[in-house]
Amino acid sequence: MTAVTPVADGAPATAEYDIRLIGLTKRFDDVVAVDNISLDIDRGHFFALLGPSGCGKTTTLRMIGGFEEPSEGRIELGGVDVARLPPYKRDVNTVFQSYALFPHLSIFENVAFGLKRRGIKGGDLRKRVGDALELVGLAGLDRRKPRQLSGGQQQRIALARALVNRPRVLLLDEPLGALDLKLRKEMQLELKRIQHEVGITFVHVTHDQEEAMTMADRIVIMNGGHIEQVGEPSELYEQPRTPFVAGFLGVSNLLSGTIVGDDRVKLQDGTEVRVPTAALAGRQGNVQIGVRPEKLRIGGGEENSLSGTVAESAYIGVSTQYILDTPAGPVTVYVQNDRLGAQVANGERLTLGWSPDCTFVVDAQEDT
Amino acid sequence: MSLAFVRRHVLTVWSLFFFGYLLLPIAVVAAFSFNQPRGRFNFTWEGFTWSNWTHWNAIPGIQSAVELSLEIALIASILATGLGTLMALALVRYGFRGRATTNFIVFLPLSTPEIVLGASLLTLFLNFSTPLGFWTILIAHVMFCVSFAVVTVKARLVGFDRHLEEAAMDLGANEWTTFRKVTLPLIAPAILAALLLCFAISVDDFVVTYFVAGPRVTFPIFVWGAARVATPPQINVIGIGFFVIAVTAMLANVVLQNRRAQRA
Repeated sequence: MTAVTPVADGAPATAEYDIRLIGLTKRFDDVVAVDNISLDIDRGHFFALLGPSGCGKTTTLRMIGGFEEPSEGRIELGGVDVARLPPYKRDVNTVFQSYALFPHLSIFENVAFGLKRRGIKGGDLRKRVGDALELVGLAGLDRRKPRQLSGGQQQRIALARALVNRPRVLLLDEPLGALDLKLRKEMQLELKRIQHEVGITFVHVTHDQEEAMTMADRIVIMNGGHIEQVGEPSELYEQPRTPFVAGFLGVSNLLSGTIVGDDRVKLQDGTEVRVPTAALAGRQGNVQIGVRPEKLRIGGGEENSLSGTVAESAYIGVSTQYILDTPAGPVTVYVQNDRLGAQVANGERLTLGWSPDCTFVVDAQEDT
Repeated sequence: MSLAFVRRHVLTVWSLFFFGYLLLPIAVVAAFSFNQPRGRFNFTWEGFTWSNWTHWNAIPGIQSAVELSLEIALIASILATGLGTLMALALVRYGFRGRATTNFIVFLPLSTPEIVLGASLLTLFLNFSTPLGFWTILIAHVMFCVSFAVVTVKARLVGFDRHLEEAAMDLGANEWTTFRKVTLPLIAPAILAALLLCFAISVDDFVVTYFVAGPRVTFPIFVWGAARVATPPQINVIGIGFFVIAVTAMLANVVLQNRRAQRA
């Protein structure tokens, strides 16, 4: 068995990006799954590709892994274009959604599979497999078969099997999707710990926004084969740039209006609100302003305000959620239950206030 | 006897009758392999003896017939299983022009009466002036065994998780290593089953073989020829011998699979 040396090994280690996607497109017959996306993924980061099902995130990951050939575009791995190389010549490893552990091989043989292909054997092999199993907290299970392990354990083995090869990039295709909620939460923190420990770039595909927020340093939000926005979790949450991002990541109140000044937007009911100047840069005409439900305060005292009547309310312990009918549209408010007996009854009239800093601006809806 | 008792056991009794009906003829053949017939025909019980088993090849021509049958069955089942496995892989894995047609043609020998297959093959061989004998028997057997092999291996491949092969390639295995280390071990049970099935079908085929055998005599043809003048008990001996070997091989396969499944 001759060793298969991943080609990218010889690339200069000084490249600042681990992965560059340039004009990457994938068409299946007449469906465009991934539409001309470009993306730089920095070394050592935990990246999440987030989006609803069918947004092209898994196809993108599979193209990086080498399981789908791009219709157009380049995939640079450490500066070398690998778009036409088979998976076994790329210095990436994948954790599959179904784990894809080899059922006929023991845990040891599963984890050793990649190392053996590179000609590593004997004591070195045993030590590296042992270290990998220790890293995922499953030392001593090496003689079992995958079927004898629980779902969570199989998940960890899949991770060890990929990481033991010390790839340039680790790809994770919704690896936590099959786990129950409690285990998923555990594994989210565990994955983050492991990523810090090994320092390898992780690219994690998920449709679970909370999972992406918990784990990733940077999130790429995809929709319909396009990249909607790239940024840190807080950046995406506080300053979404498209209506899709505002609606996909958490809850947003979006109100239609028209720009009437450097930092002023007039809502449909005539109310003028102030927004950060930067948010209006390069925009004109109709827009939507957005504000998160927890940024709204009951009562005045803030620069922006809006009045409405309570249409619905839901008490959920830590906070109460109200939906208000206002002349500018329905508005959701989360009020912290920091005092007893502060509930507001349906039909009551309230004034809401919020700071201009907490306001973001996205494109107007197409149909308005 | 209460009604409940009848209700509880009616299925058991019915099943026993059913298996009896299936197995009784085989039991009779087995029993008569120990018979000591006085005449040329082995139809009435005359007394017990081991001698048919110890002198299994005492009838002229029987040994060469058995050897030819085993030889053909061995080569034909290996060739057919090899071809069938590759065809099954192609049919399940790849979309290509004519896949539906190929599927249909593969299925055709399974549903065609053997007499039609035999007559057509004979016509073919005569038209090409192919001398009938070992090679024509082998070609015919490979032809009808391939279909069984394809169907058996395909059934296993349909449920095969393609991610396993992707994972192997992801971990640095090229196409050939992936096939050797992952695909082949996982479909091995189906390949083994196909091998056994092809062997069993080939070794006892009479109709097609009779058309294309020319001067060569396989065991089924020997039985056919012998039965017109005599039925020596050695025929029962060989028949039961084949039966026991086939059943043992299949049981071994099942036990092996179960043990593997338990260990895993």
